[in-house]
Parts: sequence; structure tokens; C-alpha cells
Amino acid sequence: MKGFITRAVAAAIVVFARAVTAVRAIWPEEGLPSRPCIYFANHSSHGDFVLVWTVLPPRLRHHARPVAGAEYWLKSRLNRFIGRDVFNAVLIARERDKRTEDPVEQMASAIDAGSSLILFPEGTRNQSDARLLPFKSGIFHLVAARPDIDLVPVWINNLNRVMPKGEIVPIPLICTVTFGSALRLAPDEAKDAFLERMQTALLALSPKPAGSGE
Amino acid sequence: MSAASSDLLTLVAGIFGVLILASAVGYVLQQRLSPNGSNAAIENLNARIKAWWIMVVLIGLAFVAGRIGVLVLFGFCSFAALREFVTLINTRRADHWALAAAFFIVVPVQYYLLWAEQYGIFSIFIPVYAFLLMPIISVLRGDTERFLIRIAEVQWALMICVFCASHVPALLTLNIPDYDGRNVLLIAFLVIVVQLSDVLQYVWGKLFGRTKIAPKLSPSKTVEGFVGGVISATLIGAALWWITPFTPVQAGLLAFIITLMGFFGGLVMSAIKRDRGVKDWGNLIEGHGGLIDRLDSVVFSAPIFFHIVRYWWSL
Repeated sequence: MKGFITRAVAAAIVVFARAVTAVRAIWPEEGLPSRPCIYFANHSSHGDFVLVWTVLPPRLRHHARPVAGAEYWLKSRLNRFIGRDVFNAVLIARERDKRTEDPVEQMASAIDAGSSLILFPEGTRNQSDARLLPFKSGIFHLVAARPDIDLVPVWINNLNRVMPKGEIVPIPLICTVTFGSALRLAPDEAKDAFLERMQTALLALSPKPAGSGE
Repeated sequence: MSAASSDLLTLVAGIFGVLILASAVGYVLQQRLSPNGSNAAIENLNARIKAWWIMVVLIGLAFVAGRIGVLVLFGFCSFAALREFVTLINTRRADHWALAAAFFIVVPVQYYLLWAEQYGIFSIFIPVYAFLLMPIISVLRGDTERFLIRIAEVQWALMICVFCASHVPALLTLNIPDYDGRNVLLIAFLVIVVQLSDVLQYVWGKLFGRTKIAPKLSPSKTVEGFVGGVISATLIGAALWWITPFTPVQAGLLAFIITLMGFFGGLVMSAIKRDRGVKDWGNLIEGHGGLIDRLDSVVFSAPIFFHIVRYWWSL
């Protein structure tokens, strides 16, 4: 019964996301990796992982788990239901002193169990004028622990205008989700060089600013 | 069977005939010139023809469903067009409530007023009420950054995507003597003439186009395509006089006016796309681009056509 409800809610969320954003995915020429991988995306809205999840082909979507902050997604029963039951999120504690588990280990074990991850390496929603915040180092430690994993950069465009922070009514605007070619950790690559390379790969997918003009 | 529905059937049969012919030509061209899908122009042509089938079936279903079907179809078109338009304009967080009102209040109210046949308020709701109230909603947040540009662009989006577009179904509200229950054929006349004009300009241009007519705005449009398309669409309009309250000469003259409006409307909308650095308004219709790419000429001709018919033919 619960499985049926979560699937129905998930389907309703997909329909709603498509109705509001008419979201279109742009794929890399060679397609997406069929093995579990890490989708890492820019983060500007609570709806970000919903949009990535919506455009993924169902075959890949069922194995994709968003990585999200436990504080927010365990806050209320509804948040808990959506975050944990519908999207099966890997919930990690943001604040160090509240952690009972190591986030990198949590993510690594999800990958070992055959899941892909949807990850936002900026760590928090970007409210600034910069296109991208500096990446947190978690993604490096995760990849250092699982060096064979593919990393797919994903640029989500326009969703921050659909639902800016603090608003409750979404504005229908067309969003695109652009997937880049898969990347890997290079042998002996240092943390800063790796993070720099990932940020550049992600920014390369962002269209030149049109419309918002911000 | 009423005269209106038998005329409509004849018309639909004719359109299906044209589409079957187009699909056959597209198929032969593909077999001959692009057997492995390598010729982009022919693949695009076939994608366009396929999309035409879907659009014709959708409009046909709306006509069958009657007034409510037509209003729902064009209401949806306005919503999707507005979504494409607002995606490309300057908005800031301070405009959030104004934009929400545009999508969730202005669009439904405009089409409800058509349903209720309240012509007086229908014709001023967006040019007067939305025009004055939307900037008030925006200004309350106190953000003056590019304020004039923001409010002007939202109003322009509403005028084009909602106000002008709603004049297509508004043709249903006209009361024309000896034309009872046949108003839906006026929509068919307008849409067929405008869209055929676009298609024929494309075909004439592809066959004989040499001289670019507006290289800065729309590099694919040619003088030969424009002249050939307008003349042939005008003749087709005249030949369709039997579905209208017009004489053949009047039908031809009206067709001429709406094809001209459609052509220049297309140029205006191209200029906006260039300004914003995009090739298409969106991706809703395979092969055509966005909904506005298909609707731009209809949107520019509909209000003019509506008012000419209303002034000279309706009670």
C-alpha cells in the first residue's frame, strides 16, 4: 500500500513539474552512463533534485537517490514523507556536531548498493549573484573512496526564477536540464585541482544569461 | 446535419487531403534524398508535417467539443505562449506576485469573459485593468531596479500572448446576420489562411527564393517567398468564401490583410528573438520550435480580422 502511494505521489510530482516548467533535458552525445554514477548539479531551489529526477529516463530514475540535508527533510511529517519515502533521499546531517554517521560513508554505501546519487556540491542553495558557489570537499572524499565512479555534471537552468526562496506560488517558466559527458577522478589528482575541474565542467554547461539578466 | 457541420466536414476532408499529400511528398523526398536521416532540411520538413497532423487533430477535436473546447484550447495556448514569453524577459523577485497574477488570474479571467460573452470588459480587461494593476503589484515590493523595463515587458507579454491570442476564439461571440451557428468557420478561415500563408511562403521561398527580404531579422525569408505566399494565400482565402459571410472578393481582401499582418507579425517576433539571442521561442512543437513560433502570425492578424468583421458584418 505504502509503495503504491509513494509511486502515485512521485508520478503526480513529475506531472506537476512538467506542467509548470515544460522541462527539457539536453543529453550528451554519448548518452548517460548505464552504471550507477553521480549526477552533480548547481543548486538554487528546493525543486532542483525534483527536476533532475523528472527528466531522467525511468530506468535510471528508479536507482537515482538525491543527497539532501537531513535538517530540512526530517523537519515535518510531509517533508519526511516526500524526502525519505517518495524520493528515497540519502539524508545527511549538515552540522558536524549533530552527525551520528559520516556523510561520505552514507553516500558510498548507497553507491555500493547500486544507486546513483544526485548531489549538489555547493552544499547549500545559491542565493548570490555568482553563478556557482565554491564546491564543498565532500564530493572529492566520496570519489577518492570510490575512484571508478562516473561523475555527470548537470546544469539546471531557470528553476530559481520559477520558485525564488520564500515564495509559495511557482511561476510557470521553461526550464532546461543539461547533462554533460561523464568525468572521472584522475590518478593522483589533488583535491583542489579536482574540485576546480568539476566546477569548470559544470559551468561549461550553463547557457549565457538570457532573460533574467541578473 | 446543419449547414455549418457539413461545411466543416468538407473543410476537414480537404485539410486531411492536403496533409496526406504533404506526408506522401515528405516520404518520397526522404526515401530519395535522406534515406538515413542525413538531410536536415528534409528531416525538419517531415517533423513539421507530423506536427501539423497533431495540431489539425487537436483543433478539430476542439471544434467538435464546441465553444468550451475552443476556449480551453486557446486558453491553453495563451498559457503556454505566456510561459515561453516570460522565460525570455527581465523579471526580478519583486515581480513574483505580478507574474503569478498574470498566469493564474489574467489568463483564466480573459477566457472566462469570452465564455460569459462580456465583450465590453473582455476588450479592456488587459489594456486597462491588467495594465494599471500589474505595476501596482510589482511596485509594492519597492524594487526599482529596471522597473520600467520590467513592467513594460510583462504588459507586452500579456498583450501578445493573452489579449491578441484571445481574439481568435472571440470570433465565436460575433452576431452576424444569416451566419448563425457558423462562427467556428470564421476561426477556421483565419487559421487556415494565416498558416497556409506561412507554409506557402516557406515553400515558395525554398523553391524560388533568391533575394533576402529582411536579412537582419529572418535570414530564411525571401522576397519571392513573400510575394508567392501572400498571393497564393490570398487566392485560397478568396476560394474559401463559401465558409464565410463574405463575397469572394471580400474574402480575398480580408485574406490579403491577414496574411500581411501575419508576415509582419512574424518579423516583429523574430526581432524579439534576435534581441534575446534565441533561435526559437521554445520546443513545444517538434520541427517548428515553440508555440509562439507557430502562433506569431495568427496573434498579429486575429485582432485586426476580428475588428474588421465586427465593424462591417456583425450587428
